[in-house]
Amino acid sequence: MPVTMTLLHDGRVDEISVADLARPTIPPDQLESLLGWELKPEGLCQGYMCIPVDQDDLVGEDGLDLRVLADALQRPFVTDEKHAVASLGASHHDRGEALASLDAPNFTLPDLGGNLHSLSDERGKKVLLVAYASW
Amino acid sequence: MYEELADEGFTVITVGIERSPDDARPWIEKARPQHPSLIDIEHLVPDLYGMINVPTVVWIDEEGRIARPNDASFASNRFKLLTGLDSKRHLRRLRAWVRGEAPALTPSEVRKHQDLPTAADQEARAEFTLAWWLSREGHDDDAEPHYVRAGELAPHDITIRRGSMRTRGLNPMGLAFLKLAIKSVLTRNPLYRPLKDSP
Repeated sequence: MPVTMTLLHDGRVDEISVADLARPTIPPDQLESLLGWELKPEGLCQGYMCIPVDQDDLVGEDGLDLRVLADALQRPFVTDEKHAVASLGASHHDRGEALASLDAPNFTLPDLGGNLHSLSDERGKKVLLVAYASW
Repeated sequence: MYEELADEGFTVITVGIERSPDDARPWIEKARPQHPSLIDIEHLVPDLYGMINVPTVVWIDEEGRIARPNDASFASNRFKLLTGLDSKRHLRRLRAWVRGEAPALTPSEVRKHQDLPTAADQEARAEFTLAWWLSREGHDDDAEPHYVRAGELAPHDITIRRGSMRTRGLNPMGLAFLKLAIKSVLTRNPLYRPLKDSP
């Protein structure tokens, strides 16, 4: 009997249907719409870039194993079975590479009025980015 | 600072790392800033920039390139005694950079000063995201082990540890923070990490 699991990833909240909460899977054909990767004979692909992966390990009877996928992409994957929720984080490799490229990572966030602003809106200006908190 | 330099092709973007917009509202309404004042309840900016405490400042040039990486600097010297950080030095450098009187850092200097996230840092952030979601869904008790795990994975990540205190029923200005601060001294894991030997 499949159960619904909440998948937190890339700032998104998606619901997936899984057979086993201890080993969450998704249908292979949802890989692209959910996570932006494609499974091809050469491995996991995004555009022209492919990462080799043991496909027998990755795809089983229940579908594509998210834990194996996360390992292949070097992304952390943690779950809470009681509340059927999983969190797929960003890879330190991707984050590190992006920062070392010195291109300031773009982001879009709301102000108090709910209006969205992006860092890229300020292109052409020097920007002092200040992260602060009330705590 | 913003008013002084706004005509010189400069802006400030503040990002409040908060539980909800209401936590930041009194601050923002009091300051009435003319620049973007954003709210980041998902800790997106700390994740993207590898920030482990606040305040953290980053300089970004006209082309969107990082001109000076994560640095700890307050807007005033109110906490100087506690933090050992002199905000005046930072403001002086910033002013000179904006006015084109002095360069920021060279790309190789920026890279040298970057502290890139580790696998454990990112796993801590994934645990925190999970805990945060559970808290907001009303499952504080079940969120707790995930907050604890996040703290074990990245004990230096104050954004996670102190930022989650209120949600966890702890006082970020009280004993819980004092313990964190004392431990950071004992383990030589400083709470604030200003750029080392920066020019």
